[in-house]
Amino acid sequence: MTEIDVEIVNEFLVESHENLDQLDRDFVELEKDPRNREMLARIFRTIHTIKGTSGFLGLGKLEKLTHVGESLLSRLRDGALLLDPDITTALLQMVDVVRQILANIEQIQAEGDGDYTDLIATLTRLQDPAARAAAATTAASAPPPMAVAPPDLPTAPEPPAAAPVAVTAATEAPPPPAAPVRPTTPPLTLVVPAPAASTAQTPPPAPAAAAPTDGGETKAAAHGVSDSSIRVDVGLLDKLMNLVGELVLARNQVLQFTSTQQDSSFVATTQRLNLITTELQESVMKTRMQPIGNVWSKFPRVVRDLSVMCGKKVRIEMEGQDTEIDKTILEAIKDPLTHVVRNSIDHGIEDPARRAGAGKPAEGVLFMRAFHEGGQVIIEISDDGGGIDPEKIRSKALARGLLTAEQAGRIGDREAVNLVFLPGFSTAEKVTNVSGRGVGMDVVRTNIEKIGGTVDIQSKHGEGTTIRIKIPLTLAIIPALVVTAGGDRYAIPQVSLVELVRLDGDQVAKGIEHIHGAPVYRLRGSLLPLIDLEKELAIERAQTVRDAVNIVVLQADDRTFGLVVESINDTEEIVVKPLGKQLKGINCFAGATIMGDGTVALILDVLGIAQRAQVVTEVKDRALGEANAVHATRDDDAQTLLLLGLGDTGRMAVPLSQVARLEEFPVSAVERAGGAEVVQYRGEILPLIRLADHLAYSSAGADPMQVVVYTEAGRSVGLVVDRILDIVEERIASMRAASRPGLLGSAVIQNKVTDLIDVGSVVRSADPSFLEEHTRHAEAA
Amino acid sequence: MAATHQFCTFLVEDRFFGVEVEKVQEVIRYQPMTRVPLAPPVVRGLINLRGQIVTALDLRRRLGLPEPSGERLPTNVVVRSDDGAVSLLVDEIGDVLEVSEDCRERPPDTIDGLARELILGVYKLEGRLLLILDTERALNVGGGFGHEARD
Repeated sequence: MTEIDVEIVNEFLVESHENLDQLDRDFVELEKDPRNREMLARIFRTIHTIKGTSGFLGLGKLEKLTHVGESLLSRLRDGALLLDPDITTALLQMVDVVRQILANIEQIQAEGDGDYTDLIATLTRLQDPAARAAAATTAASAPPPMAVAPPDLPTAPEPPAAAPVAVTAATEAPPPPAAPVRPTTPPLTLVVPAPAASTAQTPPPAPAAAAPTDGGETKAAAHGVSDSSIRVDVGLLDKLMNLVGELVLARNQVLQFTSTQQDSSFVATTQRLNLITTELQESVMKTRMQPIGNVWSKFPRVVRDLSVMCGKKVRIEMEGQDTEIDKTILEAIKDPLTHVVRNSIDHGIEDPARRAGAGKPAEGVLFMRAFHEGGQVIIEISDDGGGIDPEKIRSKALARGLLTAEQAGRIGDREAVNLVFLPGFSTAEKVTNVSGRGVGMDVVRTNIEKIGGTVDIQSKHGEGTTIRIKIPLTLAIIPALVVTAGGDRYAIPQVSLVELVRLDGDQVAKGIEHIHGAPVYRLRGSLLPLIDLEKELAIERAQTVRDAVNIVVLQADDRTFGLVVESINDTEEIVVKPLGKQLKGINCFAGATIMGDGTVALILDVLGIAQRAQVVTEVKDRALGEANAVHATRDDDAQTLLLLGLGDTGRMAVPLSQVARLEEFPVSAVERAGGAEVVQYRGEILPLIRLADHLAYSSAGADPMQVVVYTEAGRSVGLVVDRILDIVEERIASMRAASRPGLLGSAVIQNKVTDLIDVGSVVRSADPSFLEEHTRHAEAA
Repeated sequence: MAATHQFCTFLVEDRFFGVEVEKVQEVIRYQPMTRVPLAPPVVRGLINLRGQIVTALDLRRRLGLPEPSGERLPTNVVVRSDDGAVSLLVDEIGDVLEVSEDCRERPPDTIDGLARELILGVYKLEGRLLLILDTERALNVGGGFGHEARD
């Protein structure tokens, strides 16, 4: 090998890898339409090319193997043989071996010492239909297609899928971290479209499963892409991304400085810089974005191999392959997705006989869907299989000691189904080659959560299962909430943020209660465990006495807790930077970032802090907590109520569902229109109703006024109250009849007698026109 | 003529240390730092080095020397490592010295505890001894403890 020109070999490797990826898809496609001559011819050509080149390069084994493969293919092409699953399996196996040999060449500059005589024999035998029939029994025991390279191990990144930015090539070697045969990974390459390329053209080849009928057009489009895209080293893109990160920081600094400047041309220039930086940041991020189809394109083969092995019939359908995600994230979800797909086929979809019995078509469907929603990417993997039996899960959880009998009885079906994410949980009755060893779903969850995503499972027994994965678009630049503790600033990734609560006045002393020394706060009726950030980080307080308590409500691992901080500053786009190895042992920090003023701030790892404070302790405990939480919210009769204060003692409640917004207006904003009090609100005139006057409470009137905006049939009215007290979730057990108009009645809420306001009647009696409008709308409807 | 080596020299307490110039990225004056709660005491904080976040290690503490008596601010000697740049805080920076391999000796076994394993060798210079710091080991303070945690 040494005398062979390295360049020629490399070119051969690049070309072959690309062709092999195409082959995988072609084969699966071909199985559906075994007579597709064009497809057969293409496969034949690919193998022929590899054979020819390997002969030229003196790669004996490769040549020998591809030679038999070629002979078999030529018989198929000429119509002497018809493709059947056996032949497909053997040919796919050959493709895997070819890959392995190529990987060996790349790594050790030699073909390796694998013995492929069995495969060659199989391929030779298959050429002769007579011999095949005789050897049918032997064929049955032939190694399954996974024998060479299990299909779940990512083999190579796929060539351009249906989107303008596509990973091709992976030049010499594909990057998958799990690929066992390729420890060295030469730089991976992305194909980035030249600006003009835009989305108008469909880069070839469209993933076979997605567009089964893409015959000749793909070939024509092939030229389009090679003309309009260039290959760029991923390392270069990473560097570019880093530089943009620096630029964003510098921009933030400049902006901060600008706020102290008067020079208008300087300010204008800075604003321009600001805009350009944002645009540049977005564009560079886009270059790292890749369609999820790149990862999905290997699934048709995985599904095919697995379903053959399990004796099932499964069709895979995909939607939204062109949904784009950051490359790093794409890499990270590859394995979890594969696992979920395998699970669906192995455990989810039943065998044809069973399906027939259940009145379903023999062929099961695995449906994969990806789409953007609210700055995140949602991936759904559904099957129409047997679903998960919640009873089975409960008894299993009981047997494994993950739940007590009482807990098992209490949790709902949906929560029971989600127990499969607990470590050591597998419901498969028998452990198969594919799955069922009880490692799996917990790993899927861990991996998804590692990149800031969430995973949820919904299943209907007998009808199927849907796994829903939510992941962020990118990891490099994230929105974060900046807080202060002990005089230093810390950034909290916004994905974990639920809400902010501020306690001041007497609430500081009264609002926080203790259970056995552990502080808790009643947030809308349920207890929120509190963690003091300063205490947890063992830093001294900058202020010893606080006039207000700031609580950042965070979500970690399905647990909600409140982080008490010194103050809450702002939200900011931050560039995440890793910490040095000296600090790797501290799991409270996810990294560091540079703030607008140039100082370094640490990024809190929400899960790490929760674990440190033991909010999230054992998994068992977590399942229990989930069950409890759900139990609490499951109360169907419970209503979410907004509690209001009127006068000195009045305590009122309105259903939160009737409240559009809560607003504050200064008293000076009140104007008069037609004798009634109004304020300007969102470009409209908002009539005000002083609830205290209406319900005959004596009210001092606060400034700013607290206003509950009530909207019905497109019209809004503001109810002026003295205080907004709380939002609670409560079931109104018994209600005493109303003592005066405008009230529905009185009930005990949070151990206090509370009047329930009949908002509709209050509004109508104060503003009869509201009623007119309302009836008119109602009639129209 | 024996081979020579160039060392970037500095003082910690009264000890005269050197690090091969190739390993030193730059020397900068004291920078404001962001402290890292829960970190080993050797980690003094994080500094912003032109957009790069660099961990600053207190070499005094690393060597088990007492806290400085004066008000003087330490200097950052930023060294390269496999894991990116790391700053070593030293009392005072010295010259770059070119020394001959002739006057190098193994560190005597009698050097006390912590410092013993951080010293690669000793150069006998005129009137003073130059101690060569093993930066790899000096940077190895992970594991959440003040002690060295080597794999």
